[in-house]
Amino acid sequence: MLAIARQRMLGQSFKKILPAVSVLRSYSSAAKQITVREALNSALDEEMSADPKVFLMGEEVGEYQGAYKITKGLLEKYGPERVLDTPITEAGFTGIGVGAAYYGLKPVVEFMTFNFSMQAIDHIINSAAKSNYMSAGQISVPIVFRGPNGAAAGVGAQHSQCYAAWYASCPGLKVLSPYNSEDARGLLKAAIRDPDPVVFLENELLYGESFPVSDEVLDSSFCLPIGKAKIEREGKDATITAFSKMVGYALKAAEMLEKDGICAEVINLRSIRPLDRATINASVRKTNRLITVEEGFPQHGVGAEICASVVEESFSYLDAPVERIAGADVPMPYAANLERMAVPQVEDIVRAAKRACYRSVPLAATA
Amino acid sequence: MNGASCAAKISTQPFSLNPTSPASHDRPLVSPKPASLFLGSTRKLRLSSSSKLNLHRRSGTVVAVSDVVKQKKSKSTHSLLITKEEGLELYEDMILGRAFEDMCAQMYYRGKMFGFVHLYNGQEAVSTGFIKLLKQQDSVVSTYRDHVHALSKGVPARAVMSELFGKTTGCCRGQGGSMHMFSREHNLLGGFAFIGEGIPVATGAAFTSKYKREVLKEADCDHVTLAFFGDGTCNNGQFFECLNMAALWKLPIVFVVENNLWAIGMSHLRATSDPQIYKKGPAFGMPGIHVDGMDVLKVREVAKEAIGRARRGEGPTLVECETYRFRGHSLADPDELRDPAEKAHYAARDPITALKKYLIENSLASEADLKAIDKKIDEVVEDAVEFADESPVPSQSQLLENVFADPKGFGIGPDGRYRCEDPKFTEGTAHV
Repeated sequence: MLAIARQRMLGQSFKKILPAVSVLRSYSSAAKQITVREALNSALDEEMSADPKVFLMGEEVGEYQGAYKITKGLLEKYGPERVLDTPITEAGFTGIGVGAAYYGLKPVVEFMTFNFSMQAIDHIINSAAKSNYMSAGQISVPIVFRGPNGAAAGVGAQHSQCYAAWYASCPGLKVLSPYNSEDARGLLKAAIRDPDPVVFLENELLYGESFPVSDEVLDSSFCLPIGKAKIEREGKDATITAFSKMVGYALKAAEMLEKDGICAEVINLRSIRPLDRATINASVRKTNRLITVEEGFPQHGVGAEICASVVEESFSYLDAPVERIAGADVPMPYAANLERMAVPQVEDIVRAAKRACYRSVPLAATA
Repeated sequence: MNGASCAAKISTQPFSLNPTSPASHDRPLVSPKPASLFLGSTRKLRLSSSSKLNLHRRSGTVVAVSDVVKQKKSKSTHSLLITKEEGLELYEDMILGRAFEDMCAQMYYRGKMFGFVHLYNGQEAVSTGFIKLLKQQDSVVSTYRDHVHALSKGVPARAVMSELFGKTTGCCRGQGGSMHMFSREHNLLGGFAFIGEGIPVATGAAFTSKYKREVLKEADCDHVTLAFFGDGTCNNGQFFECLNMAALWKLPIVFVVENNLWAIGMSHLRATSDPQIYKKGPAFGMPGIHVDGMDVLKVREVAKEAIGRARRGEGPTLVECETYRFRGHSLADPDELRDPAEKAHYAARDPITALKKYLIENSLASEADLKAIDKKIDEVVEDAVEFADESPVPSQSQLLENVFADPKGFGIGPDGRYRCEDPKFTEGTAHV
């Protein structure tokens, strides 16, 4: 009996041995595969060559070729005046970037990880985000703050925090978080061209992952709109929202749920601020169940905001309470097994989706 | 004021006020032994009147006299530092600053102004001495004590007063307030509430000036930036981070310290391990100068050289101006910790009185000329108040305006609509 079931499963899974991202049906042919790192590098390269006002600054962006090799080759191509290696002075060089942006230059400030942005957060919020408002539109700040965000592997509590919720609560900032190479290219180009401050949250573990991209994505004028989420996988039984690395997990969870007859719709938020409430609400009105997934701390997180938005706008469409999957409410531990428990895993998303659908799994402490 | 002499304490040998021999960065920068202890002994934390009066004697001592001034002295016919026009301009600017701030105090107590208001009375020589040497394209970055910096830079008194009243005709449409004065037209980049926050922003503006000249090849871009901040800020990390980067990249900036000895109720001596701020410049590879900030002509001489250095591309300078604020930290500050004798001592060195004396003694202007200016400024300030009073408050719809320069991103396309609303846009074929 078990063997037959296993065979059936194997048969089914053979059909499903395709890369997880083949669910992208919007582009006709997945012509080429590029890593997220290459996507970011090419986006920076193209924007710098198109506009001489764009320049990079950050620690190790020049001679070291980038702490995570995102800015590889750019120093050789554009010279030290446009690719600046800064001393270790986040507050100082972020403020310098903001001052330069006041005058119409377009700095791209790299934080080695967004944890270090806490040393510069005064400038991100007070001098960048609020300036257009305080000066009544006289001074706009076309700056991009980018860098890896969230947990990496075994880097401990001070290097693993997710800052999406903190920055997304601040008016005056735009907060973007790409998942795959297409997102990375399109959103980074959009961020650089945008006349407002943009916080661009990447993910270190995604840098090396390859995704297929179409020719349109590789075109140098390719851009994605800010404030629009993408439906990565259509479904009708439950909506799963996620951003950054969690999109990959959500897609895997959706596949597992498919076998149990739950057809989940996966939304890649792409833009945390402004949040695409229209897409999320339209999806919930269709599926009637919502599971939000994020890597950061649960309290006051992105999922909390999405839940509130859905309750405010689509309450009568909900058939089950909103399930919120987030990182554990603890600073990130170091031990590998503890770290695995502190970050959402695919099984957690599957369990939550089942709860939302059947309520047959007791509400145990979720990761 | 000693006639035409300019007493400035200079903390590095190669920095000379003679414009023909610009300072060289390769020469070793030496901290000289000061002629007398700055601010008296640090042991005496309780400032007694006698130690404060020592200041008066110290600043009278001429530590270094510029070569320029020596040359000027030898030509007996032109021994003055300013012409009549310049003198009247300086006087008018300082009177405007003083009258405006006094009016602010009145309006605050009448309830027309609210929140935090920090007045600049007593420090006018620094603002006037520096800012009147700038071009319109040069930029000024200040702190929350920014009304007079705005006025000196050219923002109309009406616009500043309306902003303080919170009216829509203010320079920031009432959205900024007392501590956040911005003017794109006059290149006043704020107005920051956090001390030290403006310094990196000013360094960035100077960086832009250099970038425009070297990368964007705008050869005539020699804009200079002035960063104004106080003694309390000089203990903040961002100050040192920017001294380092400004000297490292040789940026056209002048760091102007308005050392008024007090950070709210914290005396500079109680907060600082080495109270001589100008000495911190050479530690980072730039000249550090100390100047009497109650004397507008001395400030102006030092400013000329520092701004000239920056304009020529020789890099940053740190200028410490010893000055004093006659009023409390803000209008809410009862100002109980400062010694009345100290206040009296500095009141006697009022920069406006001193300039007036100089102009009259050197026959550059008559009493009547100066009285006419006083009257004119009174009218300007009265007019500003009337204008502000009669201006409308912001409409309700203004609350949500100006959060973003471009709320949807990508701006307006050639058809006049937001680009991201173009359906073709998301297909990746739209050209931006």
